Amino acid sequence: MATVTAQDRTTAFDAAVAADERIEPRDWMPDAYRATLVRQIAQHAHSEIIGMQPEANWITRAPSLRRKAILIAKVQDEAGHGLYLYSAAETLGTGRDELLDKLHSGRQKYSSIFNYPTLTWADVGAIGWLVDGAAITNQVPLCRCSYGPYARAMVRICKEESFHQRQGYESLLALSRGTPAQHAMAQDAVNRWWWPSLMMFGPPDDESAHSAQSMAWKIKRHSNDELRQRFVDICVPQAETLGLTLPDPELKWNEDRGHYDFGPIDWTEFREVLKGNGPCNEQRITQRRRAHDEGAWVREAAAAYAAKHNTADDTARPAHHTARPTEQHTAQATAGPAADTAPLHGEATA
Amino acid sequence: MTAPTGTHRTDASAPPSAGAPTPEAASSTTATDPAISAAALALGDDALVLSHRLGEWAGHAPVLEEEVALANIALDLLGQARILLSQVGDEDELAYLREERAFRNLQLVEQPGGDFAHTIARQLYFSTYQALLYAELARTEGPFTALAAKAVKEVDYHRDHAEQWTLRLGDGTVESHTRMQRAVDALWRYTGEMFQPIDGITATHGINWTALQELWDTSIGETLRGATLTVPETPRSDGWTAGGGRQGLHTEPFGRMLAEMQHLHRSHPGATW
Amino acid sequence: MTESTDWPLWEVFVRSRRGLSHTHAGSLHAPDAQMALRNARDLYTRRNEGVSLWVVPSTAITASSPDEKDSFFEPAGDKPYRHPTFYEIPEGVKHL
Repeated sequence: MATVTAQDRTTAFDAAVAADERIEPRDWMPDAYRATLVRQIAQHAHSEIIGMQPEANWITRAPSLRRKAILIAKVQDEAGHGLYLYSAAETLGTGRDELLDKLHSGRQKYSSIFNYPTLTWADVGAIGWLVDGAAITNQVPLCRCSYGPYARAMVRICKEESFHQRQGYESLLALSRGTPAQHAMAQDAVNRWWWPSLMMFGPPDDESAHSAQSMAWKIKRHSNDELRQRFVDICVPQAETLGLTLPDPELKWNEDRGHYDFGPIDWTEFREVLKGNGPCNEQRITQRRRAHDEGAWVREAAAAYAAKHNTADDTARPAHHTARPTEQHTAQATAGPAADTAPLHGEATA
Repeated sequence: MTAPTGTHRTDASAPPSAGAPTPEAASSTTATDPAISAAALALGDDALVLSHRLGEWAGHAPVLEEEVALANIALDLLGQARILLSQVGDEDELAYLREERAFRNLQLVEQPGGDFAHTIARQLYFSTYQALLYAELARTEGPFTALAAKAVKEVDYHRDHAEQWTLRLGDGTVESHTRMQRAVDALWRYTGEMFQPIDGITATHGINWTALQELWDTSIGETLRGATLTVPETPRSDGWTAGGGRQGLHTEPFGRMLAEMQHLHRSHPGATW
Repeated sequence: MTESTDWPLWEVFVRSRRGLSHTHAGSLHAPDAQMALRNARDLYTRRNEGVSLWVVPSTAITASSPDEKDSFFEPAGDKPYRHPTFYEIPEGVKHL
């Protein structure tokens, strides 16, 4: 086989990205591309699982059984999305345990939005409408991200998340049209969540450290400010239908730009929360770490049991749900897409 | 500001499948026979309370995969509860506006989660009971046949989940074995109550509760022994053992659980959500 | 780096309905095959996406290397006679 030079590889990689082809796990990629992806996917995964906490805070107090079922399903989805994303990161050679360890020790971040508290039931609705709305605005372009496994995870996540935002909006609408106390609760929640939601798009373009390179690599498709503007434009009419006010006196339609103008964002607050000084930073990480530590004996027990009962089907009781492939073409069927993850993971942990 | 309209809740979502009962479309079958209503309440409260207890795990599970598994079980149970309560009256009024003494659930399901071993022991005891009972309800003609036919598939999975984990915790490490044995022992006293006949079920489905208990004993014995655990021999009926949930006598943690569950709903009388 | 209690990685294949083949859905961690199957059910079929599941230890999969891409796959590119459109058939001939 002909020798492939580093220069050839870079050229091939750049050409593939430029042609909108997907980069797959075993393809050669620049170290910085890999590092950027791991950082971004990990932060995204961490956000999903830390993001469970503010909403789970209301599961046991949900005011109707219908809302309770919806909320459990939503928080469950977030755990699932965390899992999809950790899997995507794993295809880059970084295991989930390593990433969790970095989260627990504060070496990797999660979205700062989850460092705000959910003080009332209406916060659950506001998170669904605004926080999930902002997340979706951010995430839809990621379905076309240049890295295949991340893009595929995002397709699945976006599909599943479409109910998250709608349930939040519906819940807020019920409150807004409910009793005066419920309406006030909804308005208060929107007042508190609006600005932090705008901060979710990250710092302004001229201050964003990673934006330019990420856009060149097509990890990112639109700039922070572009997406923020898109979100504001979507939210204003939605707020009108809700009968709620967005807490920004400078918010008004700009005919020339064809967009809504909005007031200045308090980036000092953003940086403080990012630094760890938000209302719930400590609490969120402490709970996550505790769940992980208190679960250690469970994970160890299952590993020990598996080691004792080494063969796959050697459980003491017949399983009700064993579905062993019986077709003869198993090998053919598996040879394809799984190539994504397995060998790379093997190399990474070897 | 928008004037409060007090409109009733409308469910936009269509029932997932025609025929099978669903929480969103169950109120049409309100039972009128008081014994059957009482039975629906007993089964419904079991499911309601246990789903609440499982919901407490959200964000606290030992591993992410188990977050998803426990939530699935909680959702199945909550779905069953909503169908059953709707047979008796308004599901939310029943869940949120009854006092502690009006609840008819087993004391077993109201026990606090404790560690993961306690949760698994509680799941094992209850899901085995529920799987056996619902299989009988599905097999026999009566007011709970349709519900049980759907629920028994869910419950079989819950039972399998509990059995798989019982094996792994019992036969895992020294620590997990100790914890699991402790949990199995601690909750044993709440298991006798499960086989007190529920009149509305006995009369309509003709359930043999003694036979049910024998099946339960056999199944639990096999699972525990397979997991290298000892089947408790302490008493579980009569005397100073637990029992009384079906009569509205509960344990102290239950009042606190209800206080949390009902607080918001009760703070806004007449509101819709 | 990796502790001994780390659960291994499994690849999940879902048959979305009868008549279709299993396709790769993603991966997950589980201590053993039985739990992997259950985790796969909870994670990848909770919206009714499947009627059958396979789980395969990720380490059991051997994949072709991107470096061999050309020698593996390109030689198949210039053999159009394997495709029916390669052949010219007079107008009006049926069932061919």
